[in-house]
Amino acid sequence: MAHNTELGRRGEALAVTHLEARGMQVIDRNWRCRLGEIDIVARDGSDTVFVEVKTRTSADFGHPFEAITPVKLARMRRLAVAWCVQSEEPVGRIRIDAVAVLAPVEAPPLVEHLEGLS
Amino acid sequence: MPVARTRAVALIGLAGSVVEVEADLASQLPGLVIIGLPDAALGEARERVRSAASNAGCPLPQRRLTVNLSPASLPKHGSGFDLAIALACLAAAGMVDPASVDRMVHLGELGLDGRVRPIAGVLPAVLAASRAGHRTVMVPEANAEEAALVPGVEVIAVGSLIEAAIRHGGSFDPETAEAFRERAARERDVEADASPPPAPVAPAGDLADVTGNTDAVQALLAAAAGGHHVFLGGPPGAGKTMLASRLPGILPDLDADAALEVASLRSLAGEAPHGGLDLRPPFVAPHHTASAAAIVGGGSRGIRPGAAPRASHGVLFLDEAPEFAASVLDVLRQPLEAGVISIHRANAVATFPARFQLVLAANPCPCGQHGLKNSDCTCPPVVRRRYLARLSGPLMDRIDVHLWVPRITAQELRMAGERPSLTSAEAKRRVSAAREAAAERLRGTPWRTNAEVPGPWLRGAGGLHPGNRACVSLDRALERGTVTMRGYDRVLKVAWSLADLDGVAIPDADHVGHALALRKGMQP
Repeated sequence: MAHNTELGRRGEALAVTHLEARGMQVIDRNWRCRLGEIDIVARDGSDTVFVEVKTRTSADFGHPFEAITPVKLARMRRLAVAWCVQSEEPVGRIRIDAVAVLAPVEAPPLVEHLEGLS
Repeated sequence: MPVARTRAVALIGLAGSVVEVEADLASQLPGLVIIGLPDAALGEARERVRSAASNAGCPLPQRRLTVNLSPASLPKHGSGFDLAIALACLAAAGMVDPASVDRMVHLGELGLDGRVRPIAGVLPAVLAASRAGHRTVMVPEANAEEAALVPGVEVIAVGSLIEAAIRHGGSFDPETAEAFRERAARERDVEADASPPPAPVAPAGDLADVTGNTDAVQALLAAAAGGHHVFLGGPPGAGKTMLASRLPGILPDLDADAALEVASLRSLAGEAPHGGLDLRPPFVAPHHTASAAAIVGGGSRGIRPGAAPRASHGVLFLDEAPEFAASVLDVLRQPLEAGVISIHRANAVATFPARFQLVLAANPCPCGQHGLKNSDCTCPPVVRRRYLARLSGPLMDRIDVHLWVPRITAQELRMAGERPSLTSAEAKRRVSAAREAAAERLRGTPWRTNAEVPGPWLRGAGGLHPGNRACVSLDRALERGTVTMRGYDRVLKVAWSLADLDGVAIPDADHVGHALALRKGMQP
């Protein structure tokens, strides 16, 4: 378990670097409420972007994106609304993104980014 | 290129329509969605295509792929779309050349390991593609021989998805494709070792095997020459089945179009043709427990041809005809009338050609002994009457030649040894000549054989009445009421067939008398 948490943290850090390189500002990380947790909340221009990060060391158990099921996506939407409700700043348009990090043990990590999941 | 398209073929019965398979790649969570009225087997292509692609070494992108089969309203069934779907997806992902995929029609099912498996109905599908103006088709290796029967089409046979992708300009490892080929070859070898060598096709028996019964042989020739339906009655062991099975052997060879149609129907029924086009007319003999669907064809999705369509251009032989269910015999009325069979289902209507020569065989009664010398029939009269009455009037009405096949006597057996009997080859030559004569006479009409000609035309516009002098016996029979007007026409047609066989220009009194005897030929 500890290994997975550690891997997840590393993946999220890589995702943040990737998002910032794309010109987005991270405004919240690991925001929790009783519905669950949002990995990253970022601002892209006037849009608010909620990002789910999935990290794997290999694709043996499927691509990281395949772990994002329709149920998970529905929960992301509810979490996004919950975050907007508690936010004091104007949120503008909202968007849900996914970032997949493939981080093999002995190779540079690979980051993939899907925008505007529906 | 986010949208790519290619083509496949949807079959309804023997008729195929070219279907456009489009794939759209969207930056969304991974998934493969197939729309456009797929059935269950086609819907499962989703799982097959993704697994096959990744195991073959050309994994699909981890994005959402939407595959549309258009026209979306046409129902599609079966697994033959797998190859087209996979290649459209690879083209949408830019992994193969979209233009090259677009130009071709693809048929084939995928195995989970990326093999391309054979499908049923490749021949009619390739034929449909060719009629729609497509010149290149990609088919599974195992179906290549069949697809190549269609003239003017370039056939590309592939053994695996990776091989197909490489052909379309994908830069993949050719060794993987080679490995697939080697494995397929190995499996074929193992299969060949395991299964006994294919039994040599039993030669369709020769007419010379028929001992005695010269009258019956003569009548069979007349039936073959005119395309007449035949009823064979007689006690068990008299040689009814033997005679019937000799009929295809004396029919002329099929022409190219007919042979292609016969092969298409076989392909649809899952019997792959081997070794080129078979020019022999088919012979189909369903068992008497066959259901109506087994005779005409059926199935809710993939509508398959039954015994009657598979006998197209050949012989449909119903042995022990009274033992067939009455409802089964009656489904034959439509094909006998129209020469086609339409099978209606909720989502489609399939039409099969069904112009065959019907041969019925029956015992005179359930015990089979009625009317024999020196043996007693144990059936009560009422049972005997009912037995042949099971063959309904409308069906028997369409049969021109009624033949009584008696058991041969010892004397006939001795005599048969002294005379050379007619061989199939010789009979076929005479039948072909007679058919040519009939076709020549019927030039400019929609009919080709004597049996197809309608009676009123024969007597009226056709001017083919042999004259009153020749028809004395027939006219008398009509007057006495032993033949009906319809029967009169049928006797005339058989008389023409007999005349054609003898090579004379017009039937004389002998031919008409012989034809009348064949009409009324049932003994008991």
